[in-house]
Amino acid sequence: MAAVRARVLIRPKEGILDPQGKAVERALPALGFEGIGQVHVGRMVELEAEDPARLEELCEKLLANPLIEDYEIERL
Amino acid sequence: MRWGVLQFPGSCDERDALNACEATGAEARLVWHEERALEGIDAVVVPGGFSYGDYLRAGAIARFSPAMEAVSEFAAAGGPVLGICNGFQVLCEAGLLPGALLLNASLRFACRQLHLLEVDGPKMSPYRGESSRRRTLSIPAKHGEGRYWAPDEVLDGLEASGQVAYRYAPGENPNGSARDIAGVRSEAGNVLGLMPHPEHAVDPLTGSTDGLKVFEAVAAAGARA
Repeated sequence: MAAVRARVLIRPKEGILDPQGKAVERALPALGFEGIGQVHVGRMVELEAEDPARLEELCEKLLANPLIEDYEIERL
Repeated sequence: MRWGVLQFPGSCDERDALNACEATGAEARLVWHEERALEGIDAVVVPGGFSYGDYLRAGAIARFSPAMEAVSEFAAAGGPVLGICNGFQVLCEAGLLPGALLLNASLRFACRQLHLLEVDGPKMSPYRGESSRRRTLSIPAKHGEGRYWAPDEVLDGLEASGQVAYRYAPGENPNGSARDIAGVRSEAGNVLGLMPHPEHAVDPLTGSTDGLKVFEAVAAAGARA
């Protein structure tokens, strides 16, 4: 079976303070980028899966912590 | 009484933890992360450091180690477990303790001596029998990801059931933790995790011996088990 390429995007859940996003947001005006808000910093994991049906379980158990993070699986 | 102190690749506080365990008058040995059994061990410390490089999320990979599987069984059987800093993160990731530890709100690594308030509750273990005594402990903290977080309804539940074990003294919260929570215990009370480092406060040379009280309390829980 050919492996399926996938990309997993992981981001902090809405409502949880995201200091990385805030720090980036605050730095932007100094560089001349005005009018940019709601910046959030997450993680991206690329992988190849022989059994893509198990990707969700993989995200729940390891790649994301479902208590604090949301994730999206994108097949490439 | 014999303590087991876990050692992962990337642990860095296991020797101080071992020393602190011995300072309580007990025996102690290191438990390598590949060990699958905890035979002859009466209490476990999951120490601080950067297990497996803390890649992905702090503690996320360590929770799948053979030694942590053994610790999960040990905890389920009522064995006392103390998680310090990275160990606290590992216990949360493993689901042995509620909540999660996020990047410090300041984005800065916090390294300072601070005061912890012991918190009593209906479920007193490992402080059963000492409910009338609320102590303030002087203990150092050193972490970049120590902001304790859980949904509000979970926090309400923890407070109601006496699972908040330690709070930062007013004005000393170093990381933005919800409700100044520095440490929590499991519902059954035998698993305790905290961000500050009691193992670094067991010798007058470093300014405080209050950390011993944390180890003694966990040891007392082990002696009863």
